[in-house]
Amino acid sequence: MAENIKRITVALAGNPNSGKTTIFNSLTGMRQHVGNYPGVTVEKKQGFCRYQDYELDIVDLPGTYSLTAYSTEEVVTRNFIIEQKLDVVVDVVDASNIERNLYLAVQLMELNVPMVLAFNMSDIARQRGLVFDIEKLSILLGVKIVQTVGNKHQGIEELLDAIAQTSQQPMKDYAAAIKYGGEIENEIEKLQQKFDELRHSRWTVIKLLEQDADVSKHIQNQEIITAVQNSIKHLNTIFAEEPEIIIADRRYGFISGACQEAVKNTIESRHNRSDMIDTVMTHKILGLPIFIALMYIVFDLTFRFGKWPMHWLEMFFGWLGQTVTGFWPVGSESVLKSLLVDGIIGGVGGVVVFLPNIMLLFAAIAILEDSGYMARAAFVTDRLMHKIGLHGKSFIPMLIGFGCTVPAIMACRILENRRNRITTILVLPLFSCGARLTIYALFIPAFFAVQWRGAVMLLIYFIGITLAVIAAKILRITLLKGETIPFVMELPPYRMPTLKAILIHMWERGWLYLKKAGTVILAISVILWIAGNWPKPAAEKLAGLNSEQERQVSLESSLVGRTGKAREPAFKPLGFDSRVVTALIGAAVAKEVFVAQMGITYSISKHENVSVLRERLSQDYTPLQGFCVMLFCLISAPCLATLAVTRIETGKIGWAIFQWTGLTALAYAVTFVVYQVGMILSG
Amino acid sequence: MKIQEQILLKDMANGTKVRFLKVDAGRGLKARLAAMGLLAGVELKVINNGHPGPLVIDLKGSRMVLGRGMAGKIIVKP
Repeated sequence: MAENIKRITVALAGNPNSGKTTIFNSLTGMRQHVGNYPGVTVEKKQGFCRYQDYELDIVDLPGTYSLTAYSTEEVVTRNFIIEQKLDVVVDVVDASNIERNLYLAVQLMELNVPMVLAFNMSDIARQRGLVFDIEKLSILLGVKIVQTVGNKHQGIEELLDAIAQTSQQPMKDYAAAIKYGGEIENEIEKLQQKFDELRHSRWTVIKLLEQDADVSKHIQNQEIITAVQNSIKHLNTIFAEEPEIIIADRRYGFISGACQEAVKNTIESRHNRSDMIDTVMTHKILGLPIFIALMYIVFDLTFRFGKWPMHWLEMFFGWLGQTVTGFWPVGSESVLKSLLVDGIIGGVGGVVVFLPNIMLLFAAIAILEDSGYMARAAFVTDRLMHKIGLHGKSFIPMLIGFGCTVPAIMACRILENRRNRITTILVLPLFSCGARLTIYALFIPAFFAVQWRGAVMLLIYFIGITLAVIAAKILRITLLKGETIPFVMELPPYRMPTLKAILIHMWERGWLYLKKAGTVILAISVILWIAGNWPKPAAEKLAGLNSEQERQVSLESSLVGRTGKAREPAFKPLGFDSRVVTALIGAAVAKEVFVAQMGITYSISKHENVSVLRERLSQDYTPLQGFCVMLFCLISAPCLATLAVTRIETGKIGWAIFQWTGLTALAYAVTFVVYQVGMILSG
Repeated sequence: MKIQEQILLKDMANGTKVRFLKVDAGRGLKARLAAMGLLAGVELKVINNGHPGPLVIDLKGSRMVLGRGMAGKIIVKP
């Protein structure tokens, strides 16, 4: 039985919003995992599926509209298809928008791999009055076509059947289906002769004629380069237009020809309902307030519903800490105990408690995205963003940044333009993240009366946003100067998001976050624990102290404590004492560490109430100092995880260093001014 | 063609149907728009021109958002 199993590799390609993910989910269920393509930060989803005696290894390629070299996603997609020995590529097509979707299909065919077309959302297409002559279309395009409805699990069996059949058929030439007309075909043929028998030679030649930067880069042969240049020049004179325009034109011509023969359209638009919703959602005046209201609801719900699971997790880690402590006799000191309880459980636990918030936030983002609203949000905010030299799409990562800067930076992949992307990444830490919320949650009630708390909180967030706007503007006219890239984006029709898709998305993000907590943050926690416990104070200093005071003295003598003390004079003008500076060193690693460190410097045990710490804080510091601490935490030193992601996403460690020093310097300057002015005003 | 006679996409009112003539831009942008189906002779409809700000057009049954700057470079024929 087992030896009969045939393993086949399948890739799913398709436009964004074609329902590719619903097909992928339908095929693989929960048997999937997320990774990255080697060398780039494009997400790679892989899943498995069993069908008859086939074991399918399915890769979900990034959603793209075409296979140009303009975006990383497109380059990744085509390189993956060329380099991997794929048995079948399934192109998922939005059947209600077939002309535009087939543009990708035609380019995939040129790559000359065995292919199956999935006409997805065929139920919607039918409702909209589209009638397909599948058989005819299949002959015209030269590929198998299956009608599917991904979110209702319809046509999945047929799709699997088509995949299995196609994988077993002898390879045929898919690339020759589209003809570009005499002149261009002549040039293609001439150039193709210069390549050895190559499965992708037609594709390579077409890309060269299209003056594709990425493919041209890899051609070293001078003879071919000259021949290509001659062909381009020749075509240019004949058509009085760049060859890539003519090629695109021919592809669309081929598609619309095929559609005219095999598709009947009885109703005009697939957008009637969407357009109606849009008259309100993207309204000239109402659009922005609606957007702001929706965002408010998202954040409010995230924190409102996140509160309980967060509390349970806190209780769990508290219990875990107690239990582990219980393994040692009461009052005994053990390095291992301290490492486990204070270092690992405290450090990782402090991060894991945010998991419910992160998952809820990503569920909300998935709903906004799957319903089609995210694109509208970019549309509505474009005008504002334009003023700071960015465009609407930059707004999406910024929103995510209020949850956590790390996924926000990863979300910057949607920005095609490098300058736009780097500017957005650099200013993202100024959008106050959930971890910094813990600091405000500790400080604001300590220093401000109930009626002012909401306002102070808003003020902090507002300062962050304002600084981000100014910083972005400055970056765009200095370091990252350059024309704003034109803003082009598709507005997908509104759709009802499916619960399954949201749950899968939530689970994926939650898992990535947990993995981070289990690796990076675990390592950092241990390092921080060492730096916070060594060198040990002399034994006589500890005589006669209770355990909380002991911890305080140990911290003061440790590397972290000493560094804090040494840096104190530098932070005096900001109103910080050595305790705050010590805690800030912890916060440089991860913002949520600040509160824990503050607790230790005040020798308040974790099991005591936060209100005790608040009381002590309000005795020792003025509200102005409290505010300055929050301000500094908001602006300064993005956490280590952020820096790591910045480095990965920008490809240069220099940008991460620049981000860190730039923001820390900015924090120092702003806090300095606020504290000094505040001191003068308060006399 | 004289400049005054050129009709720009950004000046079209909601609901107008026009034909795309050309875009006054560099090779990169031209090719990008072509890949999206914005090719000479193609019909498009202005859906939402809420100036100032980007505009929405209908192109082959898709709703495309175009930045205002770019719409100012696209020459159309009513």
